[in-house]
Amino acid sequence: MTATPRPGDPVITPALVAEHGLTADEFERLRRMLGREPTFTELGIISALWSEHCSYKHSRPILKSLPTDAPYVLQGPGENAGVISIGDGLAVAFKIESHNHPSAVEPYQGAATGVGGILRDVFTMGARPIAMLNSLRFGSMDTPRVRYLVGGVVKGIGDYGNCVGIPTVAGDVMFDAAYEGNPLVNAMCVGLLRDDELIRAKAEGIGNPIIAVGARTGRDGIHGASFASEDLSAATEAKRPRVQVGDPFTEKLLLEASLELIQSGHIVAIQDMGAAGLTSSSAEMAERGDVGVTIDTRKVPQREVGMTPYEILLSESQERMLVVAIKGHEDEVRKILVKWDLTAEVIGEVIAEPVYRVTEGDHVVAEFPGVRLVTDCPQYHPEARESDEAVARRARDVHAVPEKPQESDPAWTLEQLLECPTIASKRWITRQYDSTVRTSTVLGPGDGDAAVLRVRGTTKGIAVKTDCNGRYVYLDPRVGGRIAVAEAARNVACVGARPMAITNCLNFGNPRKPDVFFQFREAVFGMGDACRALGTPVTGGNVSLYNENPQGAVYPTPVIGMVGLIDDVAHVTRSAFGTEGHAIVLLGENTNELGGSEYLAWVHGIVAGPPPACDLDAEKRLIDALLAAIGGGHVASAHDCSEGGLAVALAECCIGSEARPMGAQVDLSAWASLPLRALLFGEAQARVVVSTGNAGAVLAAAAAHGVPARVIGTVRSASAGLVITVGDRVVRADGKRLATAFHTALPRAMQRAVAVVARDPAVAGGTR
Amino acid sequence: MKFGIVSFPGSNCDDDAVFAATETLGQPAVKLWHKAHDLEGSDVIILPGGFSYGDYLRAGAIARFSPIMAEVAAHAQRGGPVIGICNGFQIACEAGLLPGALMRNAGLQFLSMPVTIRVENTITRWTALCREGQCLTMPIAHGEGRYTVDAATLERVEGEGLVVFRYVDAAGEATEAANVNGSLDNIAGVRNAAGNVVGLMPHPERALDTLLGSTDGRVLFESVLAAVHA
Repeated sequence: MTATPRPGDPVITPALVAEHGLTADEFERLRRMLGREPTFTELGIISALWSEHCSYKHSRPILKSLPTDAPYVLQGPGENAGVISIGDGLAVAFKIESHNHPSAVEPYQGAATGVGGILRDVFTMGARPIAMLNSLRFGSMDTPRVRYLVGGVVKGIGDYGNCVGIPTVAGDVMFDAAYEGNPLVNAMCVGLLRDDELIRAKAEGIGNPIIAVGARTGRDGIHGASFASEDLSAATEAKRPRVQVGDPFTEKLLLEASLELIQSGHIVAIQDMGAAGLTSSSAEMAERGDVGVTIDTRKVPQREVGMTPYEILLSESQERMLVVAIKGHEDEVRKILVKWDLTAEVIGEVIAEPVYRVTEGDHVVAEFPGVRLVTDCPQYHPEARESDEAVARRARDVHAVPEKPQESDPAWTLEQLLECPTIASKRWITRQYDSTVRTSTVLGPGDGDAAVLRVRGTTKGIAVKTDCNGRYVYLDPRVGGRIAVAEAARNVACVGARPMAITNCLNFGNPRKPDVFFQFREAVFGMGDACRALGTPVTGGNVSLYNENPQGAVYPTPVIGMVGLIDDVAHVTRSAFGTEGHAIVLLGENTNELGGSEYLAWVHGIVAGPPPACDLDAEKRLIDALLAAIGGGHVASAHDCSEGGLAVALAECCIGSEARPMGAQVDLSAWASLPLRALLFGEAQARVVVSTGNAGAVLAAAAAHGVPARVIGTVRSASAGLVITVGDRVVRADGKRLATAFHTALPRAMQRAVAVVARDPAVAGGTR
Repeated sequence: MKFGIVSFPGSNCDDDAVFAATETLGQPAVKLWHKAHDLEGSDVIILPGGFSYGDYLRAGAIARFSPIMAEVAAHAQRGGPVIGICNGFQIACEAGLLPGALMRNAGLQFLSMPVTIRVENTITRWTALCREGQCLTMPIAHGEGRYTVDAATLERVEGEGLVVFRYVDAAGEATEAANVNGSLDNIAGVRNAAGNVVGLMPHPERALDTLLGSTDGRVLFESVLAAVHA
């Protein structure tokens, strides 16, 4: 059989090919593959499958350098989600994914459908979702467009996750003009499964029926995958119709039906119809199973009349699944779906003939030889060259930046930093997320450096966190990539969990620009360095390129989603001080580093200098020491030093708990030789602030692992405020002032003026 | 004592309610499908939280028409204990088992946070073991929890002591600041005249374990257990 055009198909011209995002070379490759001219339907299929989003054509060669193995990894990259064993016959499935472009033009639906998609990726592995996380990046809160995006994205995430009933427990949010016009919305889902219930999305069994399950197919989201693979521009607003619309209620039904289906034993494979919808789900399942498939678009349940095969194949209507059932079990499958008021229609078959065939009734509209449609995509090895600007910024001597007059009182600087939106309390955001549903959230948003979920029926807990400081990656991609992993690991260790594995969401600009590809390559190499050093393999993730707007690329932002394991949830550790009189211990060493700091960016508007050095061996020892001390029951609180440095970390330990604020008396005279601002606000890595009732035990654990450690002060009552002595300097910060700065900054920023929908992208883009 | 937990399409706290009955109280529990016509011998009914039918209409407005609700109403009529939590409270109000209605929160935002509520009376099956004025801390997680009722009914609700819980501050005072969702008279939960049906927006089933921060929800479940055994 060979495919022939349908009546009414447009003529394929170079302009049409270009409109589909294919280069002339790629189109030539398609013609060679077919041995004839492609039909319009085939052009549509390939434009989706060979989009960056589906094919990883620029990133795959680099991604291969990442470590993916550990004895407990049950499923590495290449599936809907990664899976690790946590013992007791249980496993954790987890994955992070971006929904940046949709969220840039339609924040509410863009973010909501991002949550929906990542949920499906996890429950199609046979796992029940137990937690959601979000990593968000926005431009400056000063612009109304950004406030509109923040409000819409947060509401979209909340409404979807809340309705499905999965607690949103952690994440990270940062603000920087570099993300103006191209926000990052990365959603991560974590699920729990019995390891014998793990199912893969691999088409198997010649003659087995292929079944479309869930919502009907409409015209929404057509070409979403291609949309995600191009720069945002002034024309982007016109692509609002490419954004899908989410229905969390149907998702909840689909979740329950899918888990019931998987447990029933009537199916062999299941996959989300996500990016590029039916096309990519069927092609990927066929490729994994090394079998052919045939699909009849007439049989796909549709919510609109007159849809063409092209539209049906490329629709990204949400809440749909593709299932391969066991032949003869179709009725049982249907019965389960009917119970949940959902539809299930047989739309195709697994076949022995190695082809990917689409028919419309009897008419073959697309037929590709072979079953490797996705990996037959061309791969690119673009030029990588660091930009002169990045080199120059890194080389700048930031210690020469003159202090502002107000900085003569570092308490002023501290207050400034605490109300910087990146550092300030995110409660305005997180209280819109149900974080306690499923009654397993031991530590929720703001409670600890990572969230902790208990595992019912065991003493175990799972710790989760996302992290990435894109500014560091911009200034030095290799070091920034390392720090992203190290910080996520440190955060997970602070709550008492052993870092186990990561998923990553690599948000970068246009890879065909040498400076962007340099950032990408070096950041991935840096992540790989850290993953090897810390023993946390990569189990999957997502690449989001073309995060650009007319002003340029976003900061390179490889977001890390870390999963850690706690053997006994009795030892879970919060970040805030809790007991007056406890000793405060600093694990790690203070340094004279200011480069890439929030202090320079927020107080001085300067993004320059080398990011802090990342000593992976020191990070590993720090984590081991911390876990030994926590496991021994000696640690009352633990909080790492990150944006804003040691002074901000200490302040957060004091005022982080709105209900139970504390104070602290701290003496840093041991580092009196360091410039004061570097000591207080520099962002040296591998440091954790611990409070303890047994300083001797903590110091001993540190010594045993070769970690520098020193008692630096005592926890006081809230009325004492935060007092830091450095030699003959005494910095006194009023607790109430710090708390007000920290807790009210975000709501104040959001309430400023009425958020206006800036529809004109020229306005929306703002300036860098 | 057997707990029946109704699963509507979109219920998402039904598992948590089952755990409350089984793990915390050590009692048998069964999930009751919304299309069923039988309570399967349940002594106590829980209408759990969630987003029944997506709550795309008014919260709880469609769920009240589920076949199982006729059986729940008959059980309530017989004096059987029923508790509606969050979406279950909304459904109970829509079904006429309880007075009032729940509207969008005053701030128009979904609110997920711990709140303190004060027990206003102890004559219900669900508060029998409480002290009057006792303060309980437990999470809320809702977008439509602003209790409202017409003036005449409010007079009856207040006059007949149908208010079971009010949002209060740390000192136990029903202040405006403590009234997180803008409910009329800080009302967080109400009962029917007989005291066997109670509804509330906060989640007692999420406050049963010190590990999760509060055990203040236990007293509600222990009350009903004691009441039925008595």
